[in-house]
Amino acid sequence: MLNYLWGIMIVLGITVGVLRGEIGEVSKATINSSKEAVTLCITMLGIMAMWTGIMQVAKKCGLVASFTKALRPFLRVLYPSIPKDHVVNEYIASNMIANILGLGWAATPMGLMAMKELKKINQDSEVASCDMCTLLIINISSLQLIPVNVIAYRSQYGSVNPAEILGAGLIATLCSTCVGFAFSVIARKLSYRNGHR
Amino acid sequence: MRFLIYMSDYIIPFLFLYIVAFGLLMKTNVFDDFLQGAKDGFKVVFDILPTLIGLMVAIGILRASGTLNIISDILRPLTDLLHFPSQLVPVAIIKLFSSSAATSLVLDIFKEYGPDSYLGRLVSVMMSSTETIFYTLAVYFMAAGVKKTRYTLLGCLLTTLTGIIVSVIMTNLVF
Repeated sequence: MLNYLWGIMIVLGITVGVLRGEIGEVSKATINSSKEAVTLCITMLGIMAMWTGIMQVAKKCGLVASFTKALRPFLRVLYPSIPKDHVVNEYIASNMIANILGLGWAATPMGLMAMKELKKINQDSEVASCDMCTLLIINISSLQLIPVNVIAYRSQYGSVNPAEILGAGLIATLCSTCVGFAFSVIARKLSYRNGHR
Repeated sequence: MRFLIYMSDYIIPFLFLYIVAFGLLMKTNVFDDFLQGAKDGFKVVFDILPTLIGLMVAIGILRASGTLNIISDILRPLTDLLHFPSQLVPVAIIKLFSSSAATSLVLDIFKEYGPDSYLGRLVSVMMSSTETIFYTLAVYFMAAGVKKTRYTLLGCLLTTLTGIIVSVIMTNLVF
């Protein structure tokens, strides 16, 4: 995906630059942008390390595990057909918590493990089960407590108060997750009626 | 709605207080754990640095050549109708495919208009409430060997659209 996207951006940008006679600016931008990426990463090193550090503290003292447990009632509504003590519950909950806490890189492996278990439950079918659809929709709706990256970028570009967007962002992500939640539950009911599993 | 800005100020400090106090109560080695976790953060940043360099160069070229302005000029009649700033349309679309490419566009918005401008704030809120649909679907369904994804895409697009609409409303209300 990125191969095409990146290639087209470069080719298109330089072509337009030549046509509009801005090639000097383009040349400067190429050099400056690469330097800028590194400066940005230095800011991000600090904020990201601060975040993963505090999350490790939360993990070690059992807070993350108790958050995961608190998700149980929601999971029962979202995945009514999965047996209560099935291991996949654990994976799904960990995936959700990692997303909520802004640990995207930790979320993906857990999500993939959950998918593989759901595949077994789905008897290796090529058609997605309702559980799989729900997992993806809830995942995409991206309930996130603190968008650490966005805060890092804002502070790098001189925001007076990088965290001021947290409240508004939280409401937006809550709304989209509620819609995803409702959609998943309704779509499951409808597909049961049509004989899908 | 001003209280949401005050609330934003409390979120990070209170989370820290809550986690560290809980750690002290449970008698874990809070500082040792912090150091260990912080090291993982370094790895995460180093892993994305090459991607970020590549994409920021591409976006830098698009900006300097005037391509980004041309795109938002073309989109303007349509987006004016929807009351959505045309400069943010590329971000919203690219975000469906690649998170890092969208990030580079967001940084470009911050550079051009400032993170505390209307556009800067709106794009910040948007970024925290949308996800990379097509990439995530591809990775997850590939892992499960699924070819027919049924209503997944519809649901994902619906949540993303909700996220964008609420972001616009919230940004107008709060700031």
